[in-house]
Amino acid sequence: MADTTSQAREPRAQLRPVRFRGGGFRTAPRRFVGLFVFAVLILLWEAGSRTGLISALVLPAPSQALDAFMDLALSGNLQKHVSASLQRLVFGFSLGFTAGLVVGAAIGLNSYTRAGLSPLVAAIFPIPKIALLPLFIIWFGIGEGSKVATIFFGCFFPTVIATYGGIDNVDRALIRMGQSFNMPRWDIIRKIILPAALPAILSGMRISASIAIILLVAAEMIGAEFGIGAYVLLAGNLMATDQLIAGVAMLSILGLIVNWLIGTAEKRLLNWRD
Amino acid sequence: MDLAVEGLSHRYGDLDVLRDIDLTIHEGEIVCVIGPSGCGKSTLLRLLGGLEQPSDGRVMQVGGQPVGSLNSLTYVFQDFALLPWRTVEGNVSLALEHHGLGADEIEARVADVLARTRLSDFRQAVPKQLSGGMKQRVAIARALAVNPAVLLMDEPLSALDSQTSELLMYDLIDLWQRERFTSCYITHNLAEAVRLGHKVVVLSRRPGVIREIVEIDMELAERVVSDLRLGQIQKDLWQMVREEAQTADMELADS
Ligand SMILES: Nc1ncnc2c1ncn2[C@@H]1O[C@H](COP(=O)(O)OP(=O)(O)OP(=O)(O)O)[C@@H](O)[C@H]1O
Ligand SMILES: [Mg+2]
Repeated sequence: MADTTSQAREPRAQLRPVRFRGGGFRTAPRRFVGLFVFAVLILLWEAGSRTGLISALVLPAPSQALDAFMDLALSGNLQKHVSASLQRLVFGFSLGFTAGLVVGAAIGLNSYTRAGLSPLVAAIFPIPKIALLPLFIIWFGIGEGSKVATIFFGCFFPTVIATYGGIDNVDRALIRMGQSFNMPRWDIIRKIILPAALPAILSGMRISASIAIILLVAAEMIGAEFGIGAYVLLAGNLMATDQLIAGVAMLSILGLIVNWLIGTAEKRLLNWRD
Repeated sequence: MDLAVEGLSHRYGDLDVLRDIDLTIHEGEIVCVIGPSGCGKSTLLRLLGGLEQPSDGRVMQVGGQPVGSLNSLTYVFQDFALLPWRTVEGNVSLALEHHGLGADEIEARVADVLARTRLSDFRQAVPKQLSGGMKQRVAIARALAVNPAVLLMDEPLSALDSQTSELLMYDLIDLWQRERFTSCYITHNLAEAVRLGHKVVVLSRRPGVIREIVEIDMELAERVVSDLRLGQIQKDLWQMVREEAQTADMELADS
C-alpha cells in the first residue's frame, strides 16, 4: 500500500496514455464495398474470358450473358417469362402466406386446433414439396394450378410454424396486462398478440419467400411454356450457357428484390424494437 | 369501494403459497404488503384483481364504484407492461378503446390523465425513448385513465434506480394527497412501505399467512425520512421480515 502511494505522488514520472483496446469486433455498415467486390469479380471474369483463360464452353463471358439477355428483351419474350413467373410467385406466396398466418394463429391461440393440427404440420413440414409435384400435377393439372399449389404449400408450412412460434413467445406480462384492463379476447389478439408476434412472422416470411423462388423454378422446369425456370431449362437443354447465366442472374435479382422488400417492411413495421 | 379478502388460500399443485388471508382494504387507504421473497405477495395481488382463481376463500368488492370507472380493479405492474409499438398516448388509450367511448371522450380522458401525471409533453414518444421512471409514470397514467376503484401495484418502483424511485414515490404521495386513491401496494422495500402505507401487512415465509398488520396513523404528507417514529416502525418491520427471510433461506438451502 505504502509503495503505491509513493509511486502516485512521484511527479509526472512516466506519463503514458491508456491504450484503447475495446474495438475490433463490431461491424459497421460500409456502403459500396459489396458493390465494389461484385464489380471486380465481374471484371476479372470478363477479362479471363477475353484472354481465353476461361473457355467459353465452360463459362460464357458476362458480356455474352448480357447479349443473351438483350436478345431476350428485344424478342419480347422477356416480359412473357418474367410476368408468368411473377404471377405464379405472387399468387402462390400470398395465398400460402395468408393461409399459413390464419392456421398458425389458430394453432397459437386455441388448445384444440393446436392439439389437432400441430402434429400434422410437424409431419408434413419436412417433406420437400418438390417431391409432391407429380401428385399436384395429377390433382391440379399440368397448367398453373400445380405450380401455384407447389409454391402455396412451400410457403404455407414455414409461415404456420413461424406464426405460432411467435405467438408462443409473446410476453405473457403484456397479455396479462390486457386481461387486467378487461380487454375483449379479440382486442387482445389484434392489439397485443399479433403485433408482438410480428417480428417472428416477418422472419418466417423471409424464409418462405426464398422457398417460394426455389419452388417456382423447380415447378417451371416441369412443363411450362413461359417462366424464368422454363427459360433456364431450355437454355440448359440447348447448351446455351450464355442464356443460362442470364436466366440465373434474373433469379438472383428477383431474390434480391424480394429480400429488399421484406427488409424494408421490417424496418418500417418494427422500428419500435430497440 | 372497499376490497374485502375472506379466508383466502392458494396452492399451485402441491405448493402451498397462501393460507387463510383475511384483510380489508378500505376506501382511500394504501395497504402495503411486505414479506420475504417467494412468500406469495404477487400471487395475493393477482388473486385480488381476478387474474388468478383462489383455491379457497374469496375476494369481495364492498360498496359502489366511483362514477365513470371503467375498470374498478386496475394493475400497475413491476415491469410496466407498456406496448413498445404504441406511443405514450396510444398506451394510455389502449385501456379506453374497448369501452365504446367516443373519440372525443377518449381524447379528453387521455389529455386529462397525461396532464395529471405531467406527461403531456411526451404524448408522441414511444417507450424505447423513455427512461424507466417515465415508463412507470405512463403505466400509472394508463391505470388512472380508467378511473379505478382500487389500484393494485406490484413492486412498481423496484425496477427503477433509487433516485428515480424516490422521485416517483413523491409523485405517488402527491397523487394520493390530491385524489385519495385506494391501493394495495406490494413492495420489498420497507422504507417505501412506511412512507406510503396506512397499513403495512407483514406476510410470513411461504406458505404466506398474515403475521402482523401494522397501522401507521400519520398523514402521508407529514412522513419525512428522518422521522423517529417511522424509523422505529421500520426497524420493527425489519425485525419481523428478517426472521422470516432467514428461516426461508435455510429451508431453501436444506431442500
Ligand atoms: N404460475 C405459477 N405456477 C406455479 N408456481 C408458482 C406460480 N407463480 C408463482 N409460483 C410460486 O409461488 C410462490 C410465490 O410466488 P410469488 O410470485 O407470489 O412470490 P412473491 O412473494 O411475489 O415473490 P417475490 O418477492 O420474489 O416477488 C413461489 O414459490 C413461486 O415459485
Ligand atoms: Mg413478486
